[in-house]
Amino acid sequence: MNGNFFKSKAGIITAGSLIGVIAALLVYLGNPKNMGFCIACFERDIAGGLGFHRADIVQYIRPEIIGIMVSALLISLIKGEFRPRGGSSTVIRFFLGVFAMIGALVFLGCPWRAFIRLAGGDWNAILGIAGLIAGIGIGSYFIKKGYSLGRNNAQARVTGYIMPAFMVLIFALLVFNFPKLFNSVTGPGSMKAPFIISIIAGLIVGGIAQRSRFCTMGSIRDIILVKDFHLFFGVAAFTIAVFIMNLILGQFNAGFENQPIAHNMHIWNFLGMMLSGFAFALSGGCPGRQLILSGEGDTDAGVFVMGMIVGAGFSHNFAMASSPKGIGEFGMWGTIIGLIFTFVIAVTMTQKRKSA
Amino acid sequence: MKTVDARGLSCPQPVILVTREIIAGEKEFEVLVDSEASYENVTRILENKGFKFSSEEKEDHIIIRIDRK
Repeated sequence: MNGNFFKSKAGIITAGSLIGVIAALLVYLGNPKNMGFCIACFERDIAGGLGFHRADIVQYIRPEIIGIMVSALLISLIKGEFRPRGGSSTVIRFFLGVFAMIGALVFLGCPWRAFIRLAGGDWNAILGIAGLIAGIGIGSYFIKKGYSLGRNNAQARVTGYIMPAFMVLIFALLVFNFPKLFNSVTGPGSMKAPFIISIIAGLIVGGIAQRSRFCTMGSIRDIILVKDFHLFFGVAAFTIAVFIMNLILGQFNAGFENQPIAHNMHIWNFLGMMLSGFAFALSGGCPGRQLILSGEGDTDAGVFVMGMIVGAGFSHNFAMASSPKGIGEFGMWGTIIGLIFTFVIAVTMTQKRKSA
Repeated sequence: MKTVDARGLSCPQPVILVTREIIAGEKEFEVLVDSEASYENVTRILENKGFKFSSEEKEDHIIIRIDRK
């Protein structure tokens, strides 16, 4: 437990900066604008690549996601942190994942992308981040009151390998150009950094995030709950690094209008990210952190990730996902039902604090 | 000595449980955690608050002993 540089303050700042630099470079090398590293968007692209939705502009098996989880597996094995576990209200976590994704796609981005959009000058992200803080704030209130999804238990070793193996399998489908995969020819899904760069970027980011416990949701939650700014330093460094790199690479463009893969319906940017932040707070980690935990053998996090992928399917199939024109036809309904679900879970899973 | 069992709990519950004991004025207690991340989170809070503690690694968990006397 000694000698982990990334657990120090300098470490988390280094980690955030490196991830930020990589995110900006990925855009420069071909990823969609202000989407160098968006966990929700990329899981949505994977859902599309597998044919779980038929929005033909957002279909691609993103190697970045695969790289993150596989890297977390390898490093946790080396460091002796790989520990197969699960069984903590698994089905609740699945649906929290579904609604976290529905909320993210109303805003058009996960917390990672919210900060990346801010660093790219997309001021609509301010509404999203405000919503994120509100959602995490509500979640933190319940956590303080005693909200818990219960303990996990150790599980058979093989269970911990299943999610990483799934990732390796879809990676193989991509590498061997399996004819049944879907691949966007236009739109964000067609914009991608060279395949080999994407996978290496994923492996590096996964390694850094595993060692540092980088978590965008946790950065806000820890400030609200215990006034701990540790993770926040990482996220601030991440945002500043993306901003500086965007200036260097000519990718900074300030304003509310005509921002890439974004809309300016302020209320829904706020509410979409509020739903997402609330769901991430109740499940203990932002989407990036859930990938890392999945790689470390946390099968509940693995189920959350699958929930997000299924949520992306619902989102696009039922016209709940937004587009640059605005929110989808049924985006309001998805957000409202999601907020009702997360509130019911938060209330029912909050036990009265025992006196002992 | 009072024991806080934070094994198998996801973030940030181990930290919340420890903070509760501190607020309650508990002088001496031990915390059981079973993940490296929980260990780091709990010890970071203790360090920030300037508390002394010792750790003992068991086969499947770590014991953190806090002594505020």
